[in-house]
Amino acid sequence: MNYSFLIKQFAILTAVYFIGEVIAVIIDHALPGNVIGMLLMTILILRGVLKLEQVEIASSMLLDNLSLFFVPITVGIISYAEIISLELFAILFTTIVSTIIVLVITGKTVQHLLKQIKQKG
Amino acid sequence: MVEQLQLSTFSSQPILGIMLTLVCYYFGIKLQQKTKSVIANPMLIATIMIIILLKIFKIPLNAYKVGGEILSFLVGPATVALAVPMCKQIEKFKDNMPAILFGTFIGALTGIVSSAGLALITKVSDSVFLSLLPKSVTTPIAMALAEKIGGIPALAAAVVAIAGITGALIGPEILHICGVQSEIAKGIAMGSASHALGTTRALQESELQGAMSSISIALVGTTTAIIAPILVAFFR
Repeated sequence: MNYSFLIKQFAILTAVYFIGEVIAVIIDHALPGNVIGMLLMTILILRGVLKLEQVEIASSMLLDNLSLFFVPITVGIISYAEIISLELFAILFTTIVSTIIVLVITGKTVQHLLKQIKQKG
Repeated sequence: MVEQLQLSTFSSQPILGIMLTLVCYYFGIKLQQKTKSVIANPMLIATIMIIILLKIFKIPLNAYKVGGEILSFLVGPATVALAVPMCKQIEKFKDNMPAILFGTFIGALTGIVSSAGLALITKVSDSVFLSLLPKSVTTPIAMALAEKIGGIPALAAAVVAIAGITGALIGPEILHICGVQSEIAKGIAMGSASHALGTTRALQESELQGAMSSISIALVGTTTAIIAPILVAFFR
């Protein structure tokens, strides 16, 4: 198998990412460049400018291994070891309880909304 | 003497950071496959292993970062790639547009407000507070957001992983206890609270739930990226 077609896919991905970063500078970082790139890519695919197949494999390669790319960043946490160990309980408590709150409120709200739509239609 | 030699030889070369990250992450994946548990998260295992190795061999963080930053650059294009799974589900999105748009907006708002409230109650310091706000959204967006509003991107990435593990472990059980039966509602809730890790579990529950969860990731991320900085500016 020859994988040289991947160059085109990665070229498209990085080019869209680059445009996202450029727009981010223009709009004074109101949104992060990577998020703008993602929105731009969505528009390009939905408008038919790009075909899904033109970026699909490179995208899967990146997304299937996404959390690998965060490891060097989370290792940087040792620079903040002191503050984090002092507040570890608060951090874990906030994260876990807030996750449960989001689950319940979002689930309940959407279920309620769906019932109302059904009744009207 | 040997240690000195190793340090001076490799401390400015990317090979050290890249090799350490790949080897430790691979070890993390193997451990997850063996234990079959979401708690054995490869990212967290690799992070802990690398920190321990850096301490043992007295390698400065900056030496590790030379190679690490080459790998973490890929976070950018990977975020752009998030458009692909969303576009693949576009038909299911159109079928359920009001529920998805409203649900992800509520999810994003609840995520920010509940972490802000709980962080205030537990009296965390400012930089930790700002790192906790984007904890429900996918890591690349959470990190960019933490940096923008003055939090610690590294801590944001870690709490995002914990939020993901929580939802993947007990999300469907909690939704069941609270009487949420709709697969669409469950999927949007899982994606809104626990991003990609929640989606993996949602996919095991049902295909529709997985699709809803997958669509929610990018939408909750974008909504949070828009409203979190506004809320932070407002309350400052």
